[in-house]
Amino acid sequence: MFKRIEQSGSETGQKLTFDDREIVFRAGDSLAAALLAAGIGAFRQSPADGSVRGPYCMMGVCFECLVEIDGRQNQQACLTPAQDGMVVRRQSGARQLP
Amino acid sequence: MSLDWDAIVIGAGPAGMAAAATLAEGGARTLLLDEQAEPGGQIYRAVERNRDKARLSAILGPDYLRGAALVDRLRASGASLRFSTSVWRVEEGPIVWSRTDGRIAHERAGALVIATGAMERPVPVAGWTLPGVMTVGAMQILLKSSGLAPSGRLVLAGTGPLFYLFARQCLEAGAEHLTLLDTAQTRNIPAALPHFPRALTGQGWRYLTKGIGLLAALSTGRAKIFRGVTGIAIEGEAQAASVRFLSGGKPQQLDCDLVGLHEGVIPQQQMTRSLGCDHRWDEGQACFHPRRDEWGRSTKPGVFIAGDAGGIVGAEASRHEGEAAALAILAELGRIAPAERDARLQAVRKARGAHLSARPFLDRLYRPRADLATPPDAVTICRCEAISAGSLRLAVARGALGPNQAKAYLRVGMGPCQGRLCGPSVTGLIARETNRGEDETGYYRVRDPLKPITVAELASASRQESRHES
Repeated sequence: MFKRIEQSGSETGQKLTFDDREIVFRAGDSLAAALLAAGIGAFRQSPADGSVRGPYCMMGVCFECLVEIDGRQNQQACLTPAQDGMVVRRQSGARQLP
Repeated sequence: MSLDWDAIVIGAGPAGMAAAATLAEGGARTLLLDEQAEPGGQIYRAVERNRDKARLSAILGPDYLRGAALVDRLRASGASLRFSTSVWRVEEGPIVWSRTDGRIAHERAGALVIATGAMERPVPVAGWTLPGVMTVGAMQILLKSSGLAPSGRLVLAGTGPLFYLFARQCLEAGAEHLTLLDTAQTRNIPAALPHFPRALTGQGWRYLTKGIGLLAALSTGRAKIFRGVTGIAIEGEAQAASVRFLSGGKPQQLDCDLVGLHEGVIPQQQMTRSLGCDHRWDEGQACFHPRRDEWGRSTKPGVFIAGDAGGIVGAEASRHEGEAAALAILAELGRIAPAERDARLQAVRKARGAHLSARPFLDRLYRPRADLATPPDAVTICRCEAISAGSLRLAVARGALGPNQAKAYLRVGMGPCQGRLCGPSVTGLIARETNRGEDETGYYRVRDPLKPITVAELASASRQESRHES
């Protein structure tokens, strides 16, 4: 879906997981960019109609990239810098109350 | 409550950076807030990190790299910079409520500059909610912030300066399978032509030359181009897989891996609406503008609006609008004399005007097609609540006269994006259905919190507050 312009230069060796899959990211990546770079386009299922959704605006406006990050649900992946050891999960349906 | 700052500036794009730098250089205690982790806004996004990257710099071009000087000026100005910060409430005072890393701040300023910039006009077409469909701006953000270029079969559909610029950047980045579905309408040309002579004055010729260069670069055969495109429908199960459309009235279908949509940009209205600023429909730009005076003052005391948030002017003119607002505030603070303010404003206004000479021509040439406001019944208009254009038409037929009544009928605009991605389409469609203008049709009543906050975050803010007061 996407490829890096620079083959090397900003590798950090840092990783996060998305639904238990290991994702290597680069310096400056938002969580949404890191997932898209790894070929992941589907971030959640809409609570309204169950349809699959992924990032649309990449600037915090559309709220389509909502994911669960380290147990916190409904986080905007495009506004969250990717961090080492982050545990990210796809959201299905509406947020559950703790 | 005493003043925490002389001025708070919201948004670190060209307008906000120029406003904050000018204010701090003039001795005002200035706070600049931005939702992103670094300065630049969307236009100069990640320019500090990218200026030393040869390949990416070459692709993004000199107009992008020019932003680095403004970032340097901001860093040297002494303004306090707070990034990764969401402003979730703004009230008269002016008082700004923000959240940084789960902590709530509540700060009062002598003046507020709203420089929240633009967003892309929503493009409701069949299949636009599928993964693999993004805005062209979103794709360019990935290029700027992560050096990611689309790979595979890329379809870009739309029109406008950013559309052609990004298409060219894709070619520079080595895109091999690029198809452009150009939705520009030749019928716009007669309306644009009277504005052409003025477009040649000031800095206008630079914009026109750049545009002609882009169009020439795209016509060399490396991108497949369909013109006069209408009736776009994206299809796929869980991912965009093909696009159907009409080109010159003839049906076409293409297989694809990624689709970029773009029909121009509009001011981000969420904050200025929530504050209760007056807005007026601007027919030339086909969007609402907040009302402002020559300095950028809104209809609310102490609140200025600078740059694209006040009407689409582009990066260079935005910078000058930020400076104009800062000069007015510095004079109110007594930091500069009215005579100095007026002399500096004259230069700023002249520079701004030079960058705006081509704007009326371009606005009319790339005016969004009328059917953007009248999608077929089956098309989703509110992405969050999955409400179709047909449901909205039915609600209007049953008596919903405006966007706020439609909310009550359908929950349209009540999902997580709070109407940002359907507001313009809902107003447009209701205006067409009821044969009224956009001003009369109105817009969603926007309420805070403008960004989601948790009850725990609010509670901790109130504990901080009571400690503060005791």
